[in-house]
Amino acid sequence: MNRLLLVLLLLLAPVGAALAVNPDEVLSDPALEARARALSAELRCMVCQNQSIDDSNAELAKDLRVLVRERLANGDSDEAVIDYVVSRYGEFVLLKPRFETKTLILWGMPATLLLVGAITLIVASRRRAAQAKGTPLSEDEKEKLKKLLQP
Amino acid sequence: MIIELGHYALVLALATAVIQAALPILGARLNDRGLMELASSAAVACFLLVAFAFAVLTFAYVTSDFSVRNVWENSHSLKPMIYKISGVWGNHEGSMLLWLLILTFFSALVASFGRNLPETLKANVLAVQAWIAVAFALFILLTSNPFARLVPAPGEGKDLNPILQDVGLAIHPPLLYLGYVGFSVCFSFAIASLIEGRIDAAWARWVRPWTLAAWTFLTAGISMGSYWAYYELGWGGWWFWDPVENASFMPWLAGTALLHSALVMEKREALKIWTVLLAIMTFSLSLLGTFLVRSGVLTSVHAFATDPTRGIFILAILVFFIGGAFTLFALRVSYLKAGGIFAPISREGALVFNNLILTTATATVLTGTLYPLVLEALTGDKISVGPPFFNMTFGLLMLPLLFAVPFGPLLAWKRGDLAGVSQRLFASVAIGLVFGVAYYYFMNGGPVLALFGIALGVYLIAGSLTDLALRSGLGKVAGNVAWRRFSGLPRSAFGTALAHIGLGITLIGIVAVTAFETETVVEMKPGMTVEAGGYTLRFDGMRNGSGPNYSEESGHFTISRGGVALTEVWSSKRLYQARRMPTTEAGIRTFGLSQLYVSLGDQISEGGIVVRIWWKPMILCIWGGTLFMMAGGFVSLSDRRLRVGAPAKAKRPKTVPVGAAE
Repeated sequence: MNRLLLVLLLLLAPVGAALAVNPDEVLSDPALEARARALSAELRCMVCQNQSIDDSNAELAKDLRVLVRERLANGDSDEAVIDYVVSRYGEFVLLKPRFETKTLILWGMPATLLLVGAITLIVASRRRAAQAKGTPLSEDEKEKLKKLLQP
Repeated sequence: MIIELGHYALVLALATAVIQAALPILGARLNDRGLMELASSAAVACFLLVAFAFAVLTFAYVTSDFSVRNVWENSHSLKPMIYKISGVWGNHEGSMLLWLLILTFFSALVASFGRNLPETLKANVLAVQAWIAVAFALFILLTSNPFARLVPAPGEGKDLNPILQDVGLAIHPPLLYLGYVGFSVCFSFAIASLIEGRIDAAWARWVRPWTLAAWTFLTAGISMGSYWAYYELGWGGWWFWDPVENASFMPWLAGTALLHSALVMEKREALKIWTVLLAIMTFSLSLLGTFLVRSGVLTSVHAFATDPTRGIFILAILVFFIGGAFTLFALRVSYLKAGGIFAPISREGALVFNNLILTTATATVLTGTLYPLVLEALTGDKISVGPPFFNMTFGLLMLPLLFAVPFGPLLAWKRGDLAGVSQRLFASVAIGLVFGVAYYYFMNGGPVLALFGIALGVYLIAGSLTDLALRSGLGKVAGNVAWRRFSGLPRSAFGTALAHIGLGITLIGIVAVTAFETETVVEMKPGMTVEAGGYTLRFDGMRNGSGPNYSEESGHFTISRGGVALTEVWSSKRLYQARRMPTTEAGIRTFGLSQLYVSLGDQISEGGIVVRIWWKPMILCIWGGTLFMMAGGFVSLSDRRLRVGAPAKAKRPKTVPVGAAE
């Protein structure tokens, strides 16, 4: 059923039978093209549901792919291209959000949880180990034990 | 008339569920056996009523009764029979009815197989199951009634979304729901034991088969969905970290953790509190997943606001069950005493490590999935959290866990010997590295990380086999003795090994495809050839055809290697008439564990067409591994000590009331 919704959502976007990069967009320099592909995978197709521009064949995705390639061909660095796209389309376009105040919880979550979990575990195991030592036997009990052990 | 009967059966099911929700719990309080026994008959009756309602809806689909709005919206008289049937759950209303059907099915299973359960526990478990059933039956009847009529009845239906007209859809949702909803039993056990205020190792023993079954089905459902998306969506992706995928992946992760912690609880009576909490969390994630998928909140926060009834109803269900469960837990947690103690380096310690990582991973996926929604609701800022984020965080989290997996079964309970185990696993590490280097060499380089990825996968497989070998004393005792010991090992040991081997196989597939996949995008004219993965594809031309409810254009390709023609493949684009909707039917050919994936694009110039060809090395390992995991689940399920209905007299005395000295 999950898949079903995914598919339904994908279909809201103008999906044709064809997908993604077309031969006419491909750059002649393979190194540059590889960089373009890697960048495209990190940029969101704005009109699609959770698709990168590399996967989508929406018009807007095509425009963005061409734009990315133009900037790269002009000698921009990867960061410069990303900055440029973000300046035009906002941070929504980034599939991997930047590390900043508003994404602090997002990025900090895994490490924090691991740390908190590990500390809790250590504290709990220490406490349990301390408890496990228990109280020594009383005189009565020692007496009983003696009787039991020496019939 | 028959439609109204189905509708009426659903109303009756709701009434039965209300009785099942209220009286048995009262009976457990008053120690009234009659009231408690009511639970079982009510559970079976409720299941039969929902099953009847479901059968009626199926009948409406099969006979293309377009006077039923739901059928009209999602079916077509020309649709092949199998898709008429699978179309029953290919829409919101029908899928919720399936949800309810599976929920009541599990209640009925508990009712009929739970004869060895203590009376009060069984009554309470079934009552909690019924609360959930009441909530979802109300939801269906009030907001998503599949039996609503349409007057006058239209002559033809609007057809099912063509992408859903696939065998994959016929089996994917039922499997997924068997998993998703199966965790409700664990939840009900947890709540029932909290209500009763008693919990012990026997509890874990009763819960584990249900967890195993649900987990196995969920594994199958997710894997099936992944393979379906792979061949149906037409661009060869197999996992997208889409919110709807995450919705099913989170209960899987939490369920995997539950499976492992219940083991500790059963064997050593430790981690009780944690296991109960995990059981609650796992089903809460299933509910959350249902909410996310069903409310439309994922499309946009605003879509939720435009049609709020359904969303708010499920949100209310969510708040009631999750909130209620956690409140009950908070109230009762002080009654639950931690049990057995263990050193950090021990089997228990390894399982705790597993739980720590899996829970963190679940939380990471949860945060990533909900973060954009919450941030937008709170500040109005729109951000995206997509595959690059999940791959990075989830991947990093999984690495230490994957490395630790073979250690777990080799460590002793209570206090283990890490150095000794490392020594025993040395050979597995070496084998892994040898395979990694060999594959790397064979592929003529590539990312160095891939070498270690493959090595890790092979090490997982070898390490799991090491456990079986050591347990049967291979190399230390005579061959026939070792064999006897091997065949005498408990089924759960094989289950563990199979599941862990499956994990290794899946990992190998993922690494190989990610690192060594090749993609070729070219415009082809008949007679042109393209190289991919060492094979040559020749495009022979296009052909037009048609199916029962679609027309298609297919491209024919001949695949050869070293000049010798091996096989051929058709790749098509379809247009479904009723909805005027195009789909891609990729052409896929399997060579060993690898596949060639051919997908057609647009016609650019006269006689030429854009063709995308992927070489997917070892891709079948991804789903093959999950088959091993499922096999592990089933083998474990058949273990004597877990076998449903196995003699259980000995278990009862173990039950210790709360507050009793432990």
